[in-house]
Amino acid sequence: MKFGVLIFPGSNCDHDAYWAIEQVLKQPVTFLWHESHELENCDAIIVPGGFAYGDYLRTGAIAKFSPVMQSVRKFADKGGLVLGICNGFQILCESGLLPGALMRNAGLKYVCKPVHVQVENADTPFTNANRTGDVLRIPIGHMEGNYFCDETTLQELRRDGRVVFRYSSPSGEITQEANPNGSLDNIAGICSPGRNVLGMMPHPERASEPSLGCTDGVKIFESMVRAGVSAGALAAK
Amino acid sequence: MKAYVYVSLKRSVLDPQGKTIQGALQRLGYQGLQDVRQGKFFELTLDGGLDKSQAESAIGRIAREVLTNPVIEEFRYSIEE
Repeated sequence: MKFGVLIFPGSNCDHDAYWAIEQVLKQPVTFLWHESHELENCDAIIVPGGFAYGDYLRTGAIAKFSPVMQSVRKFADKGGLVLGICNGFQILCESGLLPGALMRNAGLKYVCKPVHVQVENADTPFTNANRTGDVLRIPIGHMEGNYFCDETTLQELRRDGRVVFRYSSPSGEITQEANPNGSLDNIAGICSPGRNVLGMMPHPERASEPSLGCTDGVKIFESMVRAGVSAGALAAK
Repeated sequence: MKAYVYVSLKRSVLDPQGKTIQGALQRLGYQGLQDVRQGKFFELTLDGGLDKSQAESAIGRIAREVLTNPVIEEFRYSIEE
């Protein structure tokens, strides 16, 4: 299964994601430059963390107009797997691939620390290696992670099982204290109606090897590979 | 011709920066403040190729499609000949 990692001017977790896919997952992976329309036959796209276009105007606001994002939109519309991490989540929201917006943290501070998130739905291409209710320990590092959407959208997200991760205590209690940024309903990650696009604020690539202190993030990439393999098996029939 | 675009968070969206500024102003002793909202200001200089009504619609589109995120922000603008 071939992964593509986007690079914008200002991306800074692109190499970390590339490393996790190549060295930990042992899957083929390539970088995709923001000025290119070509997705090079990738089976999954990672929109990495960082500060695309310096976060000018708003986080993700300029990146959404880049040539590569036009191709990613078409890829996602056809059911392609797209994972947006941190700034990548912000870009996917700005692009309209995911609903809502990531606002400045309620505490107005950049927050960089390991957090716990509960898997709210294990029936997605990004969480199928987990069980619903599992708690993962994955680091965050962001200034704008305060998820917001209107009430109707929130109801839809809940109803359709599209709230995939919520900030929780280590034992899985969804509390205000566990919420690092003021995010609506403790939301840490959501997916698209077709479940093929996921945005999440925590960085799974930063929790992908024992030397990093935690390997819970690997489950997310493993899930994508599983989903890709079963999709390939179906396509082959 | 110049266009001035003001972008702010929607009333329904909490503005923690505005609240922090309001708290600071109150600590400094400024009286009579009920609320502070923070926003962004854009000054666009037009090259004269558009008449006023064309400029109005162009600026409206720019504000809607680029300068604001309609999920959380709203805008108003004025055009000066």
